[in-house]
Amino acid sequence: MATTKLDPQVALAELQASKPERVTLVVLSGDMDRVMAAFIIATGAAAMGMQVTMFFTFWGLNAIRREGARGGAKDWLRRMFGYLNTGGADSLPLSRFHFWGLGTRMMKLVMKQNRMPGIAELREMALDLGVRFIACTTTLGLMGITKDTLIGEVDQFAGVSTYLAEARGAQVNLFI
Amino acid sequence: MAISYDVKLDTLGLFCPMPIIKTSKKIKELVVGQVLEVVSDDEGIKKDMPAWCETTGHEFVGLEEEPTGGAIHYKTYVRKTK
Repeated sequence: MATTKLDPQVALAELQASKPERVTLVVLSGDMDRVMAAFIIATGAAAMGMQVTMFFTFWGLNAIRREGARGGAKDWLRRMFGYLNTGGADSLPLSRFHFWGLGTRMMKLVMKQNRMPGIAELREMALDLGVRFIACTTTLGLMGITKDTLIGEVDQFAGVSTYLAEARGAQVNLFI
Repeated sequence: MAISYDVKLDTLGLFCPMPIIKTSKKIKELVVGQVLEVVSDDEGIKKDMPAWCETTGHEFVGLEEEPTGGAIHYKTYVRKTK
């Protein structure tokens, strides 16, 4: 009688070998340049066969809001905050040289002239490559951003434990 | 001597991370053993393609630089291994 007994050490080694490397990115910033860097790293990592999770919080949530979305909070304080904080991939300001929109517009023009993908295209590409988006529920509430103003591709609505559970098993963890 | 290849991928005019993303998609269309030529005018590809190969496990065959009228065309060659 032939018994095929699995060597637990070999099985573990095989599992570790087949398991893709993982990357997590916390996107706190809503600055165009920083969000762009985040998406470039995310898409690059995905193209290298890594499993990528992006965790959006605070201003970073604007990157996964629908274009021109404003808050839909019930109370006036958060509604006002949400109103001032316009969301959408195309509405993000540069971290420097924004100049009330002029600097950012010029940067976008240069990007277009050089056929560089914008935030919306990079985000689309990330989703296409299987990058998972997680939106932080606490800051959604704090910023007066409602779920219905986010893009439909958000994978999960979660908090810090979900992030840490992902991060502790990942090889690359970035805070942007 | 030119390196022979089976499939060609043109990424001229595209910046990081596009050449790598396109490579990762294109390589799926090849069969194991075939060589992909990736043409780029982004100098970063010289370091990025070997790094991509090291991470994904595909074989980096080589690099050729072709000076054209304007920008240099960097031709990288990758053999599909799995």
